[in-house]
Amino acid sequence: MTEYNTTGTSASELIRNSAAQLAEKLAAREVSAVEVTQAHLDRIAAVDGGDRGVHAFLHVNTEEALAVAAEVDNIRAAGGAAAEELHALAGVPIAVKDLIVTVGQPTTAGSKILEGWHSPYDATVVKKLRAAKMPILGKTNLDEFAMGSSTEHSAFGPTRNPWDLDRIPGGSGGGSAAAVAAFEAPLALGTDTGGSIRQPGAVTGTVGVKPTYGGVSRYGAIAMASSLDQIGPVSRTVLDSALLHQVIGGHDPFDSTSLPDPLADLVAAACIGNIEGMKIGIVKELHGEGYQAGVENRFNESLELLKQAGAEIVEVSCPNFKYALGAYYLIMPSEASSNLAKFDGVRYGLRVLPEDAPMTIERVMGATRAAGFGDEVKRRIILGTYALSAGYYDAYYGSAQKVRTLIQRDFEAAFAKADVLVSPTAPTTAFKLGEKLDDPLAMYLNDVATIPANMAGVPGLSLPGGLADEDGLPVGIQLLAPAREDARLYRVGAVLESLLEAKWGGPILASAPSLTELVTTPGGSR
Amino acid sequence: MAAINRDDVAHLARLAHIEMSPDELDRMAGELAVIVDAVKSVSEAAGDDVPATSHPIPLTNIFREDVVGHTFTAEEALSGAPDAHEKRFKVPAILDED
Repeated sequence: MTEYNTTGTSASELIRNSAAQLAEKLAAREVSAVEVTQAHLDRIAAVDGGDRGVHAFLHVNTEEALAVAAEVDNIRAAGGAAAEELHALAGVPIAVKDLIVTVGQPTTAGSKILEGWHSPYDATVVKKLRAAKMPILGKTNLDEFAMGSSTEHSAFGPTRNPWDLDRIPGGSGGGSAAAVAAFEAPLALGTDTGGSIRQPGAVTGTVGVKPTYGGVSRYGAIAMASSLDQIGPVSRTVLDSALLHQVIGGHDPFDSTSLPDPLADLVAAACIGNIEGMKIGIVKELHGEGYQAGVENRFNESLELLKQAGAEIVEVSCPNFKYALGAYYLIMPSEASSNLAKFDGVRYGLRVLPEDAPMTIERVMGATRAAGFGDEVKRRIILGTYALSAGYYDAYYGSAQKVRTLIQRDFEAAFAKADVLVSPTAPTTAFKLGEKLDDPLAMYLNDVATIPANMAGVPGLSLPGGLADEDGLPVGIQLLAPAREDARLYRVGAVLESLLEAKWGGPILASAPSLTELVTTPGGSR
Repeated sequence: MAAINRDDVAHLARLAHIEMSPDELDRMAGELAVIVDAVKSVSEAAGDDVPATSHPIPLTNIFREDVVGHTFTAEEALSGAPDAHEKRFKVPAILDED
């Protein structure tokens, strides 16, 4: 094992570095990739397991991650062309949401129906991580098939919010957000169908980006709602998300919805450092009533900072956004009911035999899906089957698709007046585990501000906007840009982030609990 | 628009190939009725003149060159199957015996 660590940085300091900082230290050979990867694996062992652990990971990929790290160290040590050609993020470890398929590690989608299943192929984004030689630390927890806003619908138990272990880390990508917030990984991949990257980012004080629909290949992401799903980056800084977006983005012939456009220089956009003269729109319908006071306060504070930085704040109205949540809960279940039909106990995963005769394939499917799917997945399959059924199709699915057109028109009108739109990411801070589990509709309302972007395919970024006064929990600020203009999110996001950090005297996660109590708790490591 | 009831849910569960116990049907019918009620305003949002959008950024005619690429071997394709026989997925009878 190569050990440099010329600066004497301890493992606990090492994990607090951003991906960009780690990349710099690796390139300068101040630390080795094995040291960086081991430091994160040690952190996972210390805080992720046990009854009160964060439980961000469903699978830890120790051996392979260390092997990739050692390979990077060997290439760097040998020097020459191979070392020159290493990707800037080579040796920077990453966690992958367990909805994205990986060779050599199980992929469960958070469901019993896929427990123990291994994909015979890698998702395109995973291939790209491997090409960049980024060690994959493991697979992160999620609501089953990405259906939920709290990670409580995982068949393998909930993830806990590192800010308060009795609260939800958001969902569906609560595992990826919590892993990054708890310094178990500097970077992670998520998927966002109605807010599953951005809302967990908001409630854990991290950054999450839903790229333009088609901007990142979905090949190998287990589909929930194909016209809404999008893979994107999860990180602690805006620059880190740009760096990761640059790795995973671009056209993929294996995804017929992948945009043919060349990828913009998003890292350069994050480094512009100036938003003077940009028009930033406040969406009248995405704040105010229904939003927690502390969320609203932090939102107003960010507006003030954007104004001070020279942006012009304009008010825009998107009157059809009020129909977005309803239309989403028709389109998403409709597509999900169709996408999940493939889990039938024939080709992969679980097969359950009915208790009595006749033993036909139809009855095996019924028994398998009854035992393999959790409540939320069943609810959405039934709802989708209903919305698509003869006699209801026009009233439900057809109407919802028309609403989609109205939402796109609202965005077009708004972006005629503003370069970027801004809103709170979620109406509230993290709620308590169990609080909304018996009230599906209350859970759905948490996605009210994030859903419009998925309906229109436009990109969105959530970054930490500070802590709510009443509960001391993180608040997310959402930026939205027109389709294919993801670069604007990074430009504005990085400026707002630096102004906020100047105000706080450092990153918001510096004030998160250290989780040291987990390290000393018996059973605190797996 | 008609409300969703227990019989509807039982019918939909059969269509979706999910066996449900009587308790589950009761609970699901109650929960879905609330959700359906909450989303029904959608049907009044848009007039007949508004076209439907099925896909946020439409692309058409996405073809690739007709070249032979990697395909799974039978072993790879069957690697996750609950049951297999002679390089094929093995399933119970398609039709009832009687």
